[in-house]
Amino acid sequence: MKWRCLVAAVLSLAILSPAVALGPDEVLSDPALEARARSLSKELRCMVCQNQSIDDSDAPLARDLRILVRERLQAGESDQQVINFLVARYGEFVLLRPRFSWHTALLWLAPAAVLLIGACGVLVLARRYRASSERATAEREKLTPAEAARLSEILRQGEQ
Amino acid sequence: MIAEFGHYALVLALALALVQASVPMVGARTNDPVLMAVAGPTAVAQFCFIAIAFAALTMCYVRSDFSVVNVFENSHSAKPLIYKLSGVWGNHEGSMLLWVLILSLFGALVALFGGNLPARLKANVLAVQSSIAVAFVLFILVTSNPFLRIPEPPLEGRDLNPILQDPGLAIHPPLLYLGYVGLSISFSFAIAALIDGRIDAAWARWVRPWTLLAWMFLTLGIAMGSYWAYYTLGWGGWWFWDPVENASFMPWLAATALLHSALVMEKRDALKVWTILLAILAFSLSLIGTFLVRSGVLTSVHAFATDPTRGVFILAILLLFIGGSLALFALRAPLLKQGGLFAPISREGALVLNNLFLVSACATVFVGTLYPLALEALTDEKISVGAPFFNATFAPLFVPLLIAMPFGPLLAWKRGDLLGVAQRLVGAAGIAVIAVAVIFAMEGGGPLLVPFAIGLAFYVMAGALTEIVERTGLLRVPFETAFARARGLPRSAWGATFAHFGLGITLLGIIGETQWSLERIAELKPGQSMSIRRYDLHFDGVTTRQGPNYRELAAHFTVRRHGDFVGVMEPAKRSFPSRGTATTETALMTRGFSQLYLSLGDPNPDGSLAVRLYYKPLVLLIWFGAVVMVIGGALSLSDRRLRVGAPKPARSKAALSPAE
Repeated sequence: MKWRCLVAAVLSLAILSPAVALGPDEVLSDPALEARARSLSKELRCMVCQNQSIDDSDAPLARDLRILVRERLQAGESDQQVINFLVARYGEFVLLRPRFSWHTALLWLAPAAVLLIGACGVLVLARRYRASSERATAEREKLTPAEAARLSEILRQGEQ
Repeated sequence: MIAEFGHYALVLALALALVQASVPMVGARTNDPVLMAVAGPTAVAQFCFIAIAFAALTMCYVRSDFSVVNVFENSHSAKPLIYKLSGVWGNHEGSMLLWVLILSLFGALVALFGGNLPARLKANVLAVQSSIAVAFVLFILVTSNPFLRIPEPPLEGRDLNPILQDPGLAIHPPLLYLGYVGLSISFSFAIAALIDGRIDAAWARWVRPWTLLAWMFLTLGIAMGSYWAYYTLGWGGWWFWDPVENASFMPWLAATALLHSALVMEKRDALKVWTILLAILAFSLSLIGTFLVRSGVLTSVHAFATDPTRGVFILAILLLFIGGSLALFALRAPLLKQGGLFAPISREGALVLNNLFLVSACATVFVGTLYPLALEALTDEKISVGAPFFNATFAPLFVPLLIAMPFGPLLAWKRGDLLGVAQRLVGAAGIAVIAVAVIFAMEGGGPLLVPFAIGLAFYVMAGALTEIVERTGLLRVPFETAFARARGLPRSAWGATFAHFGLGITLLGIIGETQWSLERIAELKPGQSMSIRRYDLHFDGVTTRQGPNYRELAAHFTVRRHGDFVGVMEPAKRSFPSRGTATTETALMTRGFSQLYLSLGDPNPDGSLAVRLYYKPLVLLIWFGAVVMVIGGALSLSDRRLRVGAPKPARSKAALSPAE
């Protein structure tokens, strides 16, 4: 989280820039462009931090990336173009939401797969279960030979 | 001497744990009551010896005995006493000692309060519980001994990481561990049942209070950690989907599912095998969490250990217990007798649906947390799985669960009437529709999702209250009658209502904070002002202060609303010379359930100060909701039917429930 980068920054004696995640000097004057920059920043990882977006990070690298994103947006690039540029430069690691591809298929499909498999499991088990308990009930209603003998005994006594 | 004393006590505890893990189990197999009876006193003695070891380490910290490596590395003589105490578990070795202390505490509690458990079950439970203790005490003694000495002791310690010197973090780990480790009891019960090959509804009644207790602590611990992150990290985030957070969230999801499935098992004698599996999974996830945090696999806030030998040792423990328990499960589960007929539209059907979604959500977090690690290990490819992924996958799984939630308690056992329940929820749905309309009118455009999310939160809250309102006849009969009926309702009904209502409150807080937060970033010089919503903050100036072990630069702000004085806010930056590090102390001002949040950057050479100001609407509801959930748990726990160790249902339930 935030302080880890702070600690890293202090240790590397690189604490020259203001240690606020998004500095006032970085904010763009165009609010629409700034909003796009913010939402893009939240999707991009500060690579020297643990699980932290460049929007939240104090690290100098995150600051550089934030400025880079804003520069490219100002140059008229689309969100996708900016992302493509960063992935080309830093690899998939920079994305906090991995792209869907063969090596992330398992990751993206897991939630739906677990839910589906679970639902099928419940249905199958419920069906099998009902069948077996119906059989058990039928079984229970059938008399054993001993019980049948006892019943006919009782009936015979009743007749007498 | 004190450190050696503690070390020796820990070795004795290991010996006792070995006895407790073996003798009672032999007794249970040979049906020898004397051998089985060994379990109880040994469990209590084991707890006492681990407590002595823990007390010894605490003494070393209090007396700042820097001849002990652990104290030298994590303490400082100038540190306030509370952080000397919390420093005991603010490091790897000490926190593992706290882990086994709580593990043995739960064992001792079962020994003391489990008087009415069948002897065989009790012996097996305590033996399994102790086998976990053997593994972890051995782990401490072999790889993470907190009692090691330095031959030539230094004069001063290196101090605790300043970020951990905070009251929130003083109580967060014990709460979390009480939850984490508390799940070991349900695990031990599950394994004991598998060893015995027998399980019935009474088993569920014994397990539920322990699970509930662990769940309450886990809920509090997670909420506490979240609030700590919120006010410490300086930009107001309260949940990061960090692997360490996920490590505690996964057991919470599993424990929540377990609480609900144990309910089915207790009432309907069904879902036995599934409940056993959930009990195993919940604690396995705790172990995986311990592994993730303690092995240094992830280098993050809570990870203090980086030595790979520890990682390998914990991994071995993990494989032994998870693999062993699942193997035992595969062998024995088919022997367990299932019972109870099942209709899809019924209370138990709703609880199965709950389990399905909770387990899927848990699996999502699990895959998301471990996938990057696995991918890197297998292919050397590095990817990141962060908050955007979890938000995109977790929400679609939780929304159906929240929609279905109010139906559950209103459906009858065995055969429910879905249409009837839907009619009874019309009131709740009406409240939700009003909320949607009001928010929509207020927002006047904006994303459509927001009014509907708020509506969902109100629906969840109103839906939770529906059962109580109906059973007391609140809107139909005089208030006194309703009040008398409310008092007569079983506490577990109140518990469910509170817990579900609390979730609605948390949801409202989450939506409010994420959708309506305002942010101002500025560079201010003394005398300048900034405003947010209807508040004006005037920057009066900075002062420097000397704390016990830090120097502080505090900025003074006067807050006014429409020109009226509201209060002052004093955010600060602290620098700790002992470690050469700095922390940001945010200033919070609570207004109803909302907060003003102010944090500082570094001062610029021209005398101006970088400042971040937030208005966080409804943010306190996030944690307030968690507290309400815990109150629900406590109410449920106090229900006589579930009272810890209660062997039988309440004598007369008819007398307790109101005439309808």
